[in-house]
Amino acid sequence: MNELDILYQELILQHYKHPRNREPLSGNFIIHENPSCGDSLRLQIEWEGSDRIRRVVFDGHGCAISIASASIMTELLSGRTRLEALEICKRSLSYLRRDPRDSMDPGEGIDLGDLRALAGVRQFPLRVKCATLAWHGIEKELKSTISTPKLVGKDLNPR
Amino acid sequence: MFTLKTGRFPLLEANPNLVYLDNASTTQKPEPVIRAISEYYQTRNANVHRAVYRLAEASTYAYEGARNRVARFIGASSSKEIVFTRGTTEALNLIAHSLTRTFLHPGDVIIVTQMDHHSNIVPFWLAAREQGLHLRFWPITQTGELDIQDLETLWSEQVRVVTLPHVSNVLGTVNPIPSVASFVHERGAFLVLDAAQSVGHMPFDVSELGCDMAAFSSHKMYGPMGIGVLWVREQILDSLVPYQGGGEMIATVSETDITFNEPPYRFEAGTPNVEGAVGLAAAIDFLDSLDREKIWEEEQKLARYGAEVLSDIEHLTLYGEAAIRAPVFTFNLEGVHSHDLAQFLDSRSIAVRSGHHCAQPLLHRLGATSAVRASLGICNSKEDLDRLVDALEDARRYFQ
Ligand SMILES: Cc1ncc(COP(=O)(O)O)c(C=O)c1O
Repeated sequence: MNELDILYQELILQHYKHPRNREPLSGNFIIHENPSCGDSLRLQIEWEGSDRIRRVVFDGHGCAISIASASIMTELLSGRTRLEALEICKRSLSYLRRDPRDSMDPGEGIDLGDLRALAGVRQFPLRVKCATLAWHGIEKELKSTISTPKLVGKDLNPR
Repeated sequence: MFTLKTGRFPLLEANPNLVYLDNASTTQKPEPVIRAISEYYQTRNANVHRAVYRLAEASTYAYEGARNRVARFIGASSSKEIVFTRGTTEALNLIAHSLTRTFLHPGDVIIVTQMDHHSNIVPFWLAAREQGLHLRFWPITQTGELDIQDLETLWSEQVRVVTLPHVSNVLGTVNPIPSVASFVHERGAFLVLDAAQSVGHMPFDVSELGCDMAAFSSHKMYGPMGIGVLWVREQILDSLVPYQGGGEMIATVSETDITFNEPPYRFEAGTPNVEGAVGLAAAIDFLDSLDREKIWEEEQKLARYGAEVLSDIEHLTLYGEAAIRAPVFTFNLEGVHSHDLAQFLDSRSIAVRSGHHCAQPLLHRLGATSAVRASLGICNSKEDLDRLVDALEDARRYFQ
């Protein structure tokens, strides 16, 4: 595989061209941006009750890596509880940023789905930020809503 | 056919396959510049202006010699008009700070343009916020140019400063500085010129341009990083309040009073970048040895050729179609994000920049959030543009 194909694996290009759970958002959403490149994702969590994520949806604009990563993220987090989702965020972020010298694989013992196809990004340090954009955004949202679970359920108008 | 005999650029020689198209960010350095810097450290290093021993004298001589060299290069009337800074950004911060504090009053207006770099907008915005001034944006036309009629529409008695780029770092547009200068001066305002993208590419003479101050960076004109120039007309510089405080910029300091040094020293607090000044002087010698008229002629040929071949690519949007332009091309390819495109081009050894190019108001006006930019200089040729075009055609296939 040449260098470029390591980054843009077929599966990643598939997610980019046909992202899952990408639709125009209305109601409350959070905007997460990468100020250095202007990429901007809008993320929304649809809750089922106060603790279970029914679905994560997103829209916005970004490069193939950030869109594919967001698409994969929505697949991995839908149906999870808040704590499970936070754990997946933590593992995914360290998986994407993994230093090749580390002996421990942060992806060990957890199903990271299609995210494994994004591992190539580690060889392109300048693009790691693209891959982590959606994850940082959703992690912040999951943490910030911990103390006010009731409000979240109402305000995010689950369909 | 267009290639200039550019002497030796060690980095380019070591990477013969590299097509370096990011000259608007920074240029590569010719061997004489690298040599001048290392010679300075090997033979003349000492702090300047502060000691009587011969080595310090040699260092001061090198530093002040560079100041003279810059003054002659840009047609300044004296080397006293040359303030060394860290680069364009620091030069613009200095002038935004000192000009507004010396001459402007609350309610006065500063005009910036829609094609300005953040390093021009933000310092004036900060000064405006602190001093109750107002900022107005001079809009660009459909072709990505500035029309003096639009400036006239924006004008009011409160306008005291107009600040604009000589050459847009996104559109490549070359702005009609002498006409803007007459317009602004007839109305008693100051004209600040951001010359970051012009000095290394075309004949540049401040008296012909007619601006009151000009800022530029050494590293965009084949010199080292970390040094730049603020040129200010002497009568204006004489009256400006200081910017940073420290050693060298003062005449006397007592417990009750401080008096300031003469310009340009009043604006150069602390130990200066002597190595940078020496390198910049070497870069100027290098540019002069190539004949600046000739450089600009060749670059305009590249500009015309590039605009033509890029416009021919299907699904490519090239931003700006100024009548007089530099070889700076900013574009988007439909369906391919600028980062992905730049990554693809890198796999073909073509170095371009992607992102917002520190000009978010302009990108917003163009309806884009990011774009790819290819910018050329004296080391480039028509063949480089052909390689870019081929790669762009492949990129669309790759991401489709
Ligand atoms: C038009 C323009 N102005 C200002 C700057 C800032 O220059 P520097 O980063 O060297 O201070 C740049 C380059 O980045 C530029 O292109």
